[in-house]
Amino acid sequence: MKVSLSDNKDFLAGLLMIAIGGVAFYMALDYPFGSALRMGPGYFPRVLAGLFIAFGIYVGLRGLRTGEKVEGVWGWRALVFITVSFWVFGWLMDRVGMIPSLVVLFFVSARAGHEFKIKEVTILATVMILFAWAVFIYGLGLPYRLFWWDY
Amino acid sequence: MEIFNNLIYGFSVALSLQNLIYCFLGVFVGTAIGVLPGVGPLVTIAMLLPITFNLPPIPALIMLGGIYYGSQYGGSTTSILMNLPGETASVVTCIDGYQMAKRGRAGPALAIAAIASFFAGCVGTLLIALFGPPLAEAALKFGAPEYFSLMLMALVAAACLSSGDMVKALAMVVFGLLLGIIGTDVNSGMSRYSFGLPELTDGMGFTVVAVGLFAISEIVKNLETEVRGEVFTSKITNIMPTVKDLKDSFWPIVRGTGVGAFFGALPGTGPAISSFSAYMVEKKWAKDPSRFGKGAIEGVAGPEAANNAASQTSFIPTLTLGIPGSGVMALMLGALTIQGIAPGPQVMTAKPDLFWGLIASMWIGNLLLVVLNLPLVGMWVQLLKVPYRWLFPSIIMFCAVGNYSINNSAMDLYLVGVLGIVGYVLMKLDCPPAPLILGFVLGPLMEENLRRALLISRGDPTVFFTRPISMGFMIASILILLTMILPSIRKRKQEAYQGGDPP
Repeated sequence: MKVSLSDNKDFLAGLLMIAIGGVAFYMALDYPFGSALRMGPGYFPRVLAGLFIAFGIYVGLRGLRTGEKVEGVWGWRALVFITVSFWVFGWLMDRVGMIPSLVVLFFVSARAGHEFKIKEVTILATVMILFAWAVFIYGLGLPYRLFWWDY
Repeated sequence: MEIFNNLIYGFSVALSLQNLIYCFLGVFVGTAIGVLPGVGPLVTIAMLLPITFNLPPIPALIMLGGIYYGSQYGGSTTSILMNLPGETASVVTCIDGYQMAKRGRAGPALAIAAIASFFAGCVGTLLIALFGPPLAEAALKFGAPEYFSLMLMALVAAACLSSGDMVKALAMVVFGLLLGIIGTDVNSGMSRYSFGLPELTDGMGFTVVAVGLFAISEIVKNLETEVRGEVFTSKITNIMPTVKDLKDSFWPIVRGTGVGAFFGALPGTGPAISSFSAYMVEKKWAKDPSRFGKGAIEGVAGPEAANNAASQTSFIPTLTLGIPGSGVMALMLGALTIQGIAPGPQVMTAKPDLFWGLIASMWIGNLLLVVLNLPLVGMWVQLLKVPYRWLFPSIIMFCAVGNYSINNSAMDLYLVGVLGIVGYVLMKLDCPPAPLILGFVLGPLMEENLRRALLISRGDPTVFFTRPISMGFMIASILILLTMILPSIRKRKQEAYQGGDPP
């Protein structure tokens, strides 16, 4: 019987831990290790990275034995739209002001849902942007320009 | 009595108009968001945390406290009315609470939950006032070895006693510690894990981690499949519990408060395990355990009291030792830090207005909860009808603007996205995010104290075992680890977390 690894929960978790731990350990090699008496900046990271890799190996091997599968489906589509909405919002905030950035944020993030109705999102965005203006600009007094033509 | 003077002083702070308004706002917003299905206390706090940074420290903390118990209470409302727990702590409330609602007794269930929470909140507040000061005094004598061992114990306990897989929880603590390293090393001035980004030399923003790990993964999880929530539409006719209800709930509330206060005060344990334990206790205590799962009012009263008592007493280690016991407390501690207050035993003496004001505001907040919830329950129920497709973009908006507002930097939002991906993948692989955030908050402190301890002892690691207090913490950590490896106890822990399964 062929064992499927691509949806093996623990195996994937272990791999991820080993990968992150490996990168962390490799990067920490640049930091002086020192000694237990005078710990260098590399001491704590290397110990932790080593531990993380060890956990990764244990969890990964356990996954091979138990073969538990990832529950449910992966929501990649939603994840992509939501992540991108944060990125685009950040990028636009520095350039075009708060209101256009929020409009984009709403239209991108709402695509992550199952239903996307232009009219509904427009109303939602309008109401919530007014709310955001009231809370952040009016209430908390944050100094953001609303549009690119504000200085 | 010094404690009374202190409490009166606290009330004088908390009852100032400004603080009262923020307490009310916190409880109100917390309840409103906590009621929304699929939004638990962690997400609520992670989302609103950045906003409070624009306030002065005392109102900010008071508001966050209000948000915390408000959202927890709001979660109970959804559990009772919709069978949808916002978080692990209210899973047990669903069992009998929803059954009561189905039998047309939603009103009494909500009322008992409110009364139980209020009673537990009063006791919890008093316990903090009683035990906080002596504990902080004792902690002032702690040296670096004691602190390191204490933090180790807290992290081990948090990982082992959490509901999921212990090994993964421990691994997530380590991951959190690693993320905490990011930034400039205080001793050598060397910038570590900053990937050449100047924004990372100050360390990764606390709210960035919180929003990335908790909010994004939670939203994506909710969007994985199309769920049409069935709203419990039947009207809540009678809110008043009968005299029999009150009589039946009295002892469960007292017992639940005791159980919750105990678990809340321990580092590493929190509302989740206390409400499960309280349910078990009630089931054991009952003359007729078969009623449980079919709408027994004790099954609502006990866990609700426990869960609220624990959320109050979990402030004890957080405020007096600077050691958070749960994910939410880690967020609170992070809020303190970003307000420029170094958490630890000195907070009580250096910032008595904050310490006592916060405690007094907890009591006021609990009172407000009852006032807000009982008469207004109809309004909260209306909130349940808000479709998720309107909610999540709005949550994202708050997370995005809030995070941007801290450093006015787009980089923070890029990092939120990256951590969101990491957080979602970890969640799908059953790696719990709460231990991670604990490790992240404690990481820098742990490294600092480890270094100092070994410097004092000239590099001799036995220092952790030769100083008595430190040895106590070390032995406790080892015992916790060992007992969890024993299969019989591990099984019992699983039972405790499943104890609420309907028969």
